[in-house]
Amino acid sequence: MCSQFLNTQSAVQAGPNDMSTEQKELTQTPLLKIWVPGMGSSLGQRRGSSRPQFTNCPTMIVMVGLPARGKTYISKKLTRYLNWIGVPTQVFNLGQYRREVVQTYKNYEFFRPDNEDAMKIRRACASSALKDIANYFTKEQGQVAVFDATNTTRERRGVIISFAKERGYKVFFIESVCDDPEIIEANIMQVKLSSPDYENYDKEEALVDFLKRIDCYKLSYVPLDEEKDRHLSFIKIFNVGSRYLVNRVQDHIQSRIVYYLMNIHVTPRSIYLSRHGESELNLLGRIGGDSGLSSQGLKYAKALAEFIRGQSIKDLKVWTSHMKRTIQTAEALGVPYEQWKALNEIDAGVCEEMMYEEIQATHPEEFALRDQDKYRYRYPKGESYEDLVHRLEPVIMELERQENVLVICHQAVMRCLLAYFLDKSADDLPYLKCPLHTVLKLTPLAYGCKVESFYLNIQAVNTHRDRPTNVNIARKTEEALQTVPEHQ
Amino acid sequence: MVRSVRFVILTENETKRHRTADIYRHIFILSLSLCLMAVCMTNCPTLIVTVGLPARGKTYISKKLTRYLNWIGVPTKEFNVGQYRRECVKIYKSFEFFRSDNEEGLKIRKQCALAALNDVRQYLSVEDGHVAVFDATNTTRERRATIMRFAEQNGYKVFFVESVCEDPRVIAENIVQVKLGSPDYTDRNTEEAIQDFMKRIKCYENSYQPLDEDLDRELSYIKIMDVGQRYLVNRVLDHIQSRIVYYLMNIHITPRSIYLCRHGESDLNVRGRIGGDSGLSPRGKEFAQCLGRFIQDQNIKDLKVWTSQMKRSIQTAEALGVPYEQWKTLNEIDAGVCEEMMYEEIQEHYPLEFALRDQDKYHYRYPKGESYEDLVQRLEPVIMELERQENVLVICHQAVMRCLLAYFLDKSAEELPYLKCPLHTVLKLSPVAYGCKVESIYLNVEAVNTHRDKPENVDISRLPEEALLTVPPHY
Repeated sequence: MCSQFLNTQSAVQAGPNDMSTEQKELTQTPLLKIWVPGMGSSLGQRRGSSRPQFTNCPTMIVMVGLPARGKTYISKKLTRYLNWIGVPTQVFNLGQYRREVVQTYKNYEFFRPDNEDAMKIRRACASSALKDIANYFTKEQGQVAVFDATNTTRERRGVIISFAKERGYKVFFIESVCDDPEIIEANIMQVKLSSPDYENYDKEEALVDFLKRIDCYKLSYVPLDEEKDRHLSFIKIFNVGSRYLVNRVQDHIQSRIVYYLMNIHVTPRSIYLSRHGESELNLLGRIGGDSGLSSQGLKYAKALAEFIRGQSIKDLKVWTSHMKRTIQTAEALGVPYEQWKALNEIDAGVCEEMMYEEIQATHPEEFALRDQDKYRYRYPKGESYEDLVHRLEPVIMELERQENVLVICHQAVMRCLLAYFLDKSADDLPYLKCPLHTVLKLTPLAYGCKVESFYLNIQAVNTHRDRPTNVNIARKTEEALQTVPEHQ
Repeated sequence: MVRSVRFVILTENETKRHRTADIYRHIFILSLSLCLMAVCMTNCPTLIVTVGLPARGKTYISKKLTRYLNWIGVPTKEFNVGQYRRECVKIYKSFEFFRSDNEEGLKIRKQCALAALNDVRQYLSVEDGHVAVFDATNTTRERRATIMRFAEQNGYKVFFVESVCEDPRVIAENIVQVKLGSPDYTDRNTEEAIQDFMKRIKCYENSYQPLDEDLDRELSYIKIMDVGQRYLVNRVLDHIQSRIVYYLMNIHITPRSIYLCRHGESDLNVRGRIGGDSGLSPRGKEFAQCLGRFIQDQNIKDLKVWTSQMKRSIQTAEALGVPYEQWKTLNEIDAGVCEEMMYEEIQEHYPLEFALRDQDKYHYRYPKGESYEDLVQRLEPVIMELERQENVLVICHQAVMRCLLAYFLDKSAEELPYLKCPLHTVLKLSPVAYGCKVESIYLNVEAVNTHRDKPENVDISRLPEEALLTVPPHY
């Protein structure tokens, strides 16, 4: 949704009322291609913060809910999403703190409300987690911390609120309420039984113990209340999303979080990612452009059609970009498909349709800068991977809403989408391997995503260029071109 | 919707000089809804039904939502039952018309509702409407059941938007802002009108059955409480409902102003060239200084300043001496192969493109560039954030400013590309009643005119003089 906040720069002038006629000349930063006032020609220097301004102070997201209500699922998914759109976010899972202190989990008795010793330990864990959160905000430049615990009593939430207030953090509660026993049991089966807590239990015993564990919390559970908690900012999610109560959304990031939470679902489905078939420009080792499929590419399109038919996917949606090669690929499927301009390949600006050899010859500095920071580097008059992520956010949002989807796109685009699903960092993203003629099938599983890779056995050129060893601007041509894949 | 390449190639009869890629591009010109909304166009139309006592902002929400949906490309229309009633009962006498024991009144009101529903059916099933907003109190379960039966018969999805508010100040302010100016009260003085309207509200209160968490658990709805403090959202079925909920949760009614202006005159402007990334001309720099003084004089509380990432808008913002945020999405429309050309050159090198653009300026996409339609899609997050914010100054570009202005002033896709957004002029937009007040402030620094009107002859075979008829003068 909001690519606008990336590459943000707050330029603060020296004097607030300095309206002198002398206007500083603007220069464009070499990497991000951002116009900044009065700089020297030193490359790579940036003035001011380019961090997104989603919110002006750190935000604590506090989960609330009985065990097995999806809190950790939501925490992890939300964190993955926020990091992908560029908001540094981290989960702080209280259960993990507890497991570190109490090395071996015996049984549910630990969670009995009258177990004084355990209570002491649990309180200490909470303090420890809060301390780490403060550290994350102040020393590690975190912007959002997700405090993943039951937080089922008003008292515990009060402690968190005071903690946040003292330090000037915003607090946003996410409560998951569910009384459908089927959902709870499915939950337990999916993620609890494989927890380190239940390594030595058999399934039946584990289920019984966990249900008793939930009972320990039920007595003291005080849900967020419409009246009593009317001054708090929160979203209450009922029965896995059939209903939401949203109270006092304070700012942009909270609004985006609410929108995201209202769009995700847990219905089983698969997302298929594939690039277009090999294109004519691919064969020539040229990047970008809008060429058609090569003969191998056409073969792939047909093979893809066969593969899709073989998968027998229910209600499959097919999405392509607006570029000829993806549309040609989709056409071979013989099913309706929808075109998204947002899925177009990264715009290489002045380097469009060039071979890497030519870029090195005509723009050696740019070529080096790109190798230095491939995620943030913006082609002159083009885009960066960072820009791509912003452009793709609505695609991700819609993918979350949908069920079975096949996305036929491009190398850089596929890397961005894959990074979202597999929680890859900005450093890894531009080097993810997305070869031609290979379909990736992503299936949500427990807290993550299962990936199956299907190479459809149609030969294609390799278009993956690894990061060379020497990324210095002063490097030799051979060093720059060391990792360029072969082409005609 | 099927986007079949084959289909279009058969109907295309462009000249041989077109590379196949161009044909694909022309598909985009011909097919209208390739923006994000096309992806999730509901296959069946949606009926949005407002619910709430009088003076709870239902019409405000209806109009605003309709404006937003139309702007993002979803054909939407509102149907206000009050208007139907005014057409039927020419003169409004008093609140007695709305008494729950007024048989005559009830009959007329029911007829009006049915007449409105009939028009809804016409719009959604016969014309090309996608969304209809049924704006009425709809406060009884019985009335809502009638509407749902109607929707079911016609295959429409129903989404309720209920506004609940008990704050007497908000209601009083509401009445003053929009009810007193209603045709119902033209002959009353303020005191009488308020009295009467309060009694009118009372008539509904007794039979009001709000949407209920339990009884209405199968319905799709959003309950807006206390002007957006709290929302209850139930069973969002599809993409459009999800977008509507997101939009409703981001709008507010706190008074504020949005200032729109372009960067100061640029070097390329002066030479009559489009696009590019040039710096300000001397006059442009002067404008930037004037803008700084103007903003200071306006004494705006907590003003946010936004620019694009293009040199000319940043240079303009720099002169203000305040922090500003750069948005890549505010960059000027990408003219692709025509970047930095004069219109005369475009006519010389791409006469076909030039004519196509004049034929449908909104949908036309520059080769390797963008269309206004693309721009709107790109700007949607900006609009969403503008709704969230309060006082904002947006320093942008001609095409971008046209898109933003069209949103605020509810201009159609036909009008949008020809809206006048001259250089060195600030537009101050202030929400007022159901719309937007516009003040245009020319900062008295001369600049070239960059507005090119639609010429008379838009035919591909036209002469260069005819094509260049409306090109503004330049150096």
